[in-house]
Amino acid sequence: MASTTAHRPSATRRTRTWLADHFVMLVAVAVLVYLFLPVAYTFAFSFNDHGKTNIVWQGFTLEHWKDPCGVPGACESLVTSLQVGAISTFIATVLGTMMALAMVRYRFRGKAMSNVLIFIPMATPEIVLGASLLTIFVQGFTNLGLRLGFWAIVFAHIMFCISFVVVTVRARIQSLDPRIEEAAQDLYAGPQSTFWKVTFPLILPGVLGAAMLAFSLSFDDFIITNFVSGNESTFPKFVYVSARRGIPAEANVIGFSMFVIAVALVVAAQVVRSLRTSGSTNQKG
Amino acid sequence: MSAAAHIPSSTKGEGGAQEVRAPAGSRWMAYLLLLPGLLWLGVFFVLPLVQLGAVSLQSRWPDFPGYYYPDLNWHNYVQALTDYGPHFARSFVYAGLATLFAFVLAYPLAYAMAFKAGRWRGIMMICIIAPFFTSFILRTFAWAQILSDEGWVADVLNALHLLPGGQIINTPIAVVAGLTYNFLPFMVLPIYASLERADPRVIEAGGDLYANGLTTFRTVTLPMSMPGVLAGTLLTFIPAAGDFVNMELLGPQRGKMVGNVINDQFLAIPGGYPIAAALSFTLMAAILVMVFLYVRRFGTEELV
Repeated sequence: MASTTAHRPSATRRTRTWLADHFVMLVAVAVLVYLFLPVAYTFAFSFNDHGKTNIVWQGFTLEHWKDPCGVPGACESLVTSLQVGAISTFIATVLGTMMALAMVRYRFRGKAMSNVLIFIPMATPEIVLGASLLTIFVQGFTNLGLRLGFWAIVFAHIMFCISFVVVTVRARIQSLDPRIEEAAQDLYAGPQSTFWKVTFPLILPGVLGAAMLAFSLSFDDFIITNFVSGNESTFPKFVYVSARRGIPAEANVIGFSMFVIAVALVVAAQVVRSLRTSGSTNQKG
Repeated sequence: MSAAAHIPSSTKGEGGAQEVRAPAGSRWMAYLLLLPGLLWLGVFFVLPLVQLGAVSLQSRWPDFPGYYYPDLNWHNYVQALTDYGPHFARSFVYAGLATLFAFVLAYPLAYAMAFKAGRWRGIMMICIIAPFFTSFILRTFAWAQILSDEGWVADVLNALHLLPGGQIINTPIAVVAGLTYNFLPFMVLPIYASLERADPRVIEAGGDLYANGLTTFRTVTLPMSMPGVLAGTLLTFIPAAGDFVNMELLGPQRGKMVGNVINDQFLAIPGGYPIAAALSFTLMAAILVMVFLYVRRFGTEELV
């Protein structure tokens, strides 16, 4: 059967081969569209001239874009979210990168146990993490002067971000050739300069990717934050609380703008990196 | 020829080959690097769980409502499971369905990223993470808009007479749809990681041997990515079973999930701590069992 069609490559056959070759890619793009569908809705409904609730399309307006901070609490909670995200991303990235280095580059007793301890927080439902933190703050930490609120949120976010940083950075370190460092150690003197001049620049893309993942997880977290925040409000908490009366379209404006800013920053970083690598290869050539 | 060109990259993924064959003293370096992070996880993950376990066994003071004393009151677990057994069952069914759908959607995406995307790989990775920045509450709320009675999804399905109740929003279907959506990235990332670790030459060889795409996939590709698939299942199933936001924003008024019970008992209803803690701990036991089974089958190296 195959031989008869092979002699006459018709248009349908060519289409079919193309589809077979690109089928997986087409499905993948469809899944990405699915991932973006709610983001598109968030964008569209930021222009909705809504009444009490913002569920049904009622008409176009630019009002919400003119003053996104017009709704009480919206921008204050956004600033809190950004501060929490920045502090917890920094600390989680430093701690997680150190752990990833240890996990890939050293053989030591307790490694299997450490792997399990790093994995389990990622598989634990957020509600269990939040509930357990609430009980220990109420029944223990508060007596030590550590109260629910801003710093409780930061400490909790660092906790659940660390594991994701370890996983991301670890993958990057594993993809490196250890002989590069061995060569460096033959040439340079100390392990310190090997690390800062060779290893660190090589793992930096992984570290930055991990930082972005950590920031996005922190910025997006609602469930754990809701348990440990006390009277402090973050952006997701603000949105959830206002969902009872109807989420104002200003929240859509802020949410969508954050998305655009994040994408723009990442794309800019990619462009800078590709320019730099093409520059260095040109020098070599 | 092509094999020789690939040899430098073959060192990746071999956990053992990466380790420094260093003098015994440098083991301390590993502990030094690990200590701060492990300490943090100890204080803010393990210790709170121990406290939660203790709370799950506390008893109520008869004369002071809302106050508890330390105890070994196993009856809390009996009461939690008898009162909220249906909530548990519902949570596991919804989370199981969401995990299955997430797998079906995630695998082609992870596969395309690992083997087909080329220089688009980075862009696709960004596309998976970027929606987080819109806030998961807003995106779940967008699903309430998409699936609402006035939305096009309900219109299309109703025109085809596929909706017995006439609506999607406020039904378990909407909850499963929301869970599938929200946990999809946590299924994609581990599958992608395990496929990327796989050697494409093995799959090529499989293609040469079987010459049938589907057979190659079933006998070579899928088994190689199994650690990632199962890690993704762990990262999706139990967190989804504990979720309450999708039920709250998309689901029916009655027939809630266990996450809703825990959340209400802790934050809305005064005095429900021990029962809610017992429910949380039962979820935790389910995770520990699943992780234990995984580790016995695949070891810990590919877990993270």
